[in-house]
Amino acid sequence: MRPETKGAGTSMDEEPILSVNNLAVSFDTYQGEVQAVRGASWHLWKGETIAIVGESGCGKTVSIQTVLGTNPKGVGRVKSGEILFHGENLLEKTEKEMRAYQGNKMSIIFQDPFTYLNPTMTVGDQIIENYRQHRKATRKEAESRVLEIMRLINMPSPEKNMRRYPHQLSGGMRQRIMIAIAIICGPEILFADEPTTALDVTIQAQVIDLMNELRAKLNTAIVLITHDMGVVANMADRIYVMYAGKIVEHGTADEIFKGSAHPYTKGLLGSVPRVDRKTDKDLYSIRGSPPDLIAPPPGCAFAARCRYAMNICVKTEPEPVNLGDSGHFSACWLNHPAFIRKASEKQGTEARHG
Amino acid sequence: MTQHDKRFMEDDFLPLPRDGMEPDMVVRKSTSFTKDVWRSFRKSKTAVASLAILSILVFFVLFGPLMTKYDYFSNDYGDVNSPPSAEHWFGTDALGRDLWTRVWVGGRVSLLIALLATLIPYLIGMTIGGISGYFGGKLDGIIMRGIDILIGIPPLIYMILIMVILGSGNIMTLVLAMSITGWMGSARLVRGLVLQLKSREFVVASLTLGASPFRLILRHLIPNTLGIMVVGMTLTMPSIIFYEAFLSYIGLGIKPPNPSWGQLIKIASEIFRYYPYQFIFPCLCVSIAMLCFNMIGDGLRDALDPKLRA
Amino acid sequence: MLGYIGRKLLTAAATVLILATLTFFLVKLLPGNPFLSETVPEVIQQKQREYYGLDKPVYVQYLRYMGNLLRGDLGSSLKKVGRSVVGIIAESFPVSAKLGLISFLISEAIGILFGILCAQFKNKWPDYLLMIVVILGIALPAMVLGPLLRFVLGVKLRILPVTGWGSLEQLVMPAFVLGMGTIAVTTRNMRASMLGVTTQDYIKTARSKGISPVRVVMKHEFKNSLVPIITNMGVQIASVLTGSFVVESIFLIPGLGKYFVDSITTLDYTLIMGLTIFYGTFLVVMNLLVDLLYGFIDPRIRLK
Repeated sequence: MRPETKGAGTSMDEEPILSVNNLAVSFDTYQGEVQAVRGASWHLWKGETIAIVGESGCGKTVSIQTVLGTNPKGVGRVKSGEILFHGENLLEKTEKEMRAYQGNKMSIIFQDPFTYLNPTMTVGDQIIENYRQHRKATRKEAESRVLEIMRLINMPSPEKNMRRYPHQLSGGMRQRIMIAIAIICGPEILFADEPTTALDVTIQAQVIDLMNELRAKLNTAIVLITHDMGVVANMADRIYVMYAGKIVEHGTADEIFKGSAHPYTKGLLGSVPRVDRKTDKDLYSIRGSPPDLIAPPPGCAFAARCRYAMNICVKTEPEPVNLGDSGHFSACWLNHPAFIRKASEKQGTEARHG
Repeated sequence: MTQHDKRFMEDDFLPLPRDGMEPDMVVRKSTSFTKDVWRSFRKSKTAVASLAILSILVFFVLFGPLMTKYDYFSNDYGDVNSPPSAEHWFGTDALGRDLWTRVWVGGRVSLLIALLATLIPYLIGMTIGGISGYFGGKLDGIIMRGIDILIGIPPLIYMILIMVILGSGNIMTLVLAMSITGWMGSARLVRGLVLQLKSREFVVASLTLGASPFRLILRHLIPNTLGIMVVGMTLTMPSIIFYEAFLSYIGLGIKPPNPSWGQLIKIASEIFRYYPYQFIFPCLCVSIAMLCFNMIGDGLRDALDPKLRA
Repeated sequence: MLGYIGRKLLTAAATVLILATLTFFLVKLLPGNPFLSETVPEVIQQKQREYYGLDKPVYVQYLRYMGNLLRGDLGSSLKKVGRSVVGIIAESFPVSAKLGLISFLISEAIGILFGILCAQFKNKWPDYLLMIVVILGIALPAMVLGPLLRFVLGVKLRILPVTGWGSLEQLVMPAFVLGMGTIAVTTRNMRASMLGVTTQDYIKTARSKGISPVRVVMKHEFKNSLVPIITNMGVQIASVLTGSFVVESIFLIPGLGKYFVDSITTLDYTLIMGLTIFYGTFLVVMNLLVDLLYGFIDPRIRLK
C-alpha cells in the first residue's frame, strides 16, 4: 500500500513521526475474544492534524490507548503489528520506559473534563504534577511555567484559578485545564479523544480554535478521535475512517468531504445536519449497528448495513484501492478495478443493445 | 472478462439479495437480567459457598430438634454439664438440658427475630421513603428533616431503653424495639431511589400515557429497587443477629428457659473455662450466620453492580 | 461551608433535644414504682416521691427535668445511694474514653492501611490473608472474641492479664477485642472504596501523565477513597461505644459501660436515664465532628 502524503506545509521526503502498522488488538472476555482492532494502519507526520473517525466501538480509542501504552494492565493484548515512534517500536518498550513518553512526548486529552480531573486536587497542582514528573524543576519554577501555559490557553486570572478545584470552574475552563496538562511538556503528539463531545456548542468552537492555535504555535501533531464530522472539518488535514476495527477509507479533508468513496463514509457525512442544505431531504442515518466483534463476518464488516452490497461483499474482505496519486484509498469492492470494468462492460452492452 | 479478473466469479459483482442480510444481526446470546445476576453471583466463590453453608445451617435449625428425642426445656439433674457424647451430640448444660436441641431451637428464635426485625423496618422504611420521594415537596422536606434528627439518635441506646420499658423476654418486644429504631436507613435509601426513578424517561412516558401512580409503583418502581433492597436486607441480618446476642448479653434478651443464641452464649461465657463446648456451639452458629449473610450480601451487591459485571 | 456547619449544628441541637425528651417520657413509662418496697413505710415512700418530684404532674416534671439538664444536673442514682449521676460519669468516663479512643484510632489506622494493601494486591495472597482478618472481625463479636481471647491468652498461655485496669498490658486485650470490629469494617470499606476509585476517569488522566503507579495510588486514589471511610466513622464510634459495654463487663474494667450494664440489671432508673442521655449526646457530638471533618476533607463541600 502506498504511504499517504501528508498535509500542507511539510516535505514529502520526511518520515512520519508515528507509524501504526497492521495493529491488531483483542480483548478476552467470558464470551470469547473480542477483536477490537483488526489490522489497522495509519501514519502521522510532524505538525499535522489527522482525524480518526467512526462510530463508538470501532476501535479508535483502543488504538490510541495502545499507542500510549495506557491500556489497563491485563486488559487487551496486542496480537500483531508495530507502533513506530521515530523508528522505535513502542510495543517493545517496558511500562517504565513508556512512562517517560506519557505526558511528555505524547499526551492525551479526554472527553469529559469534569470526570477526568481529580476532584480533590487543585487544577494548578494537577498541571504541575505532569511538569515535575518529566522536568527537573522546583515548585516555584513549575508554578511560573504553569502560569505561562495558562496564559497560552487564554485562561482568565491564572493566579486565582490555579488554586481552584475542578468543580469551581466552568466546562470550557476545565477542558482548557486538560489541554494545559497535556501540553505543558511540549509533546510532539497530542491525542484528543472526543474533546468536544461533552461540551456546549459555543464552548466547542473555543476549544477547537484553541487547539488549532496551539498546533500552529507549538508545532504539535494532533490525532483527533471523534465521530463528529463538524469538528473534523474544522481541524483535520487528513482523515482516516475506521469501521469495525479496520481503516476503510483515508484521504485529505478535501478528498473525504468532497469526494468520499466508501459507502460508510458517505453515510457518516450524510448524517450530519447542515444548515445550508434544503430541509426537504430526510436526515440520512445508517440503519443497523456495527457487527459483533466476537464473530466478525468473513467479508466486509459493513456489508449488512450497506445499500450497495454485492455478493462478493459478504464472501471476501475488500482490499484497499488507491484512488488517484495523493494517497486517497478506499476499501470497498465498488472501487475495485474489477468491478469498475464489469460495470463499464455492462453499460457498454446496454448501450449497444439500446 | 480480462486476464486480471480471473479471481472473480460471474456473479460476484451482482447486488446482494436483500433477504440474506439483517442490518442488526445479533450474534451473542441474550441473557435475562436474573440469569445475568446469577451468573455474576456465581463468580464469587465465597458468596456461593456461604449460600450453601447457610442453607445447611437453616436446615439444622428447622429439623435439628426433630432428630433427637429431647426437648429444650426438660431438666435432667442426673446428667449435668456433660461434654458431647453419643447420647447428647452437643452435650448438656447446667440444668441437664440437651444442648443440641437448645442450640437449634435457639436458632429458630434468633433467625426468626433476624428475619422479622429486618423485614418490618424495611417495609416501614419503604413506605415512608416511597411516599416521601414520590410526593416530594413540603412533605418530603418535613419527613427528611425528621429522619435527619432521628437518625442522630444511636439506635442501640434506644433499643436498650425500649427493652427495659417493655420488659424484655419475648420475640415480639425485641422485634418491636428493633423496628422502631431501624427503619430510617431504608427510608432514606428508598426515597433516593424513588427520586432517581421519578425523573427517568420511562416513568415520565408511562405517566404521560395515563398510567395510575399505584400501577407505576407496582410495575416499575418496585422491580427496579428490589435488587438494592435485597442486598440491604441481607447485609442487615448480621447486625440484627448481633444485636440480639448483645442484648441478651446485657440481660435484656430472650429470658430463660427460652433459648436463643445470644442467651446461650451469655450463659456459657461465664463458665467458658470449664465447659468450653457450651460456649463454642452457639458461638459457631452466630459466627457462621453473620459471616454467611455478609458474604452473600457482598456477592449480591457485586453481582448487581453494572460496573463490576464482566 | 458556613452554611454546612450551621445546618449540622442545628440538626445536632434538635437531636439532643428530642433525645432528652424521648428519654424522659420513655422512662416515665417504665412499669412499677421504683420506691415500692415492703419494708419502707408509706410515709417515707411519700417523702421520697416528693423529693424526686414524682408526685407532681408530668409536664411539671418534664420542665424541671429539662431545666436540670441545661444546668448539667442529671439527678442522683437510685440504687447507689448518695452518688450523683454526673459524679459517676465524671469518675468512670475517662477510663472508657481512654480505652475507646486508643482502640478506635489504632483500629481505623490499621483498617485504612489494610484496605489499601488489599486493593493493591487484589486477589493475590495479601488480599486473601487480610480478608481472613476481616472475616474474623465480622464473625467474632466482642462477646465471643472476649471470653475466647481471655481464655487463650490470659488463662492458658498467661501472657496477658485477664482483668483490671491501669497498666499497658491490661489495655492490650480489651482494646484489641473492642477494635476488631472496626478493623474489619474499615478494611473492607477502604478496599471497596479504592477499587471503586481505581476505575474513575480521573485516574486515567493521572496515568496518562506517566507518573509512577505508587504515586497514582497515594496522591490520587487514596485521598479520594477516604471520603466514605470518614463518613462511616460516626457509625464506628457508636459501635466502639456499645462494644465497651461488653468488653468492660468481661474484663472488669471500671468504665462507664460497666455502670450502664449494672444500672439496667438493677433497674436504677435515674442512672439509666442519665447515662442514656449522656451517651446519646456524646454520639451526636461525635457525629457532628465527623461531619465537620468530612466537610474539611472534601473540597466540594468546603468550597461551595
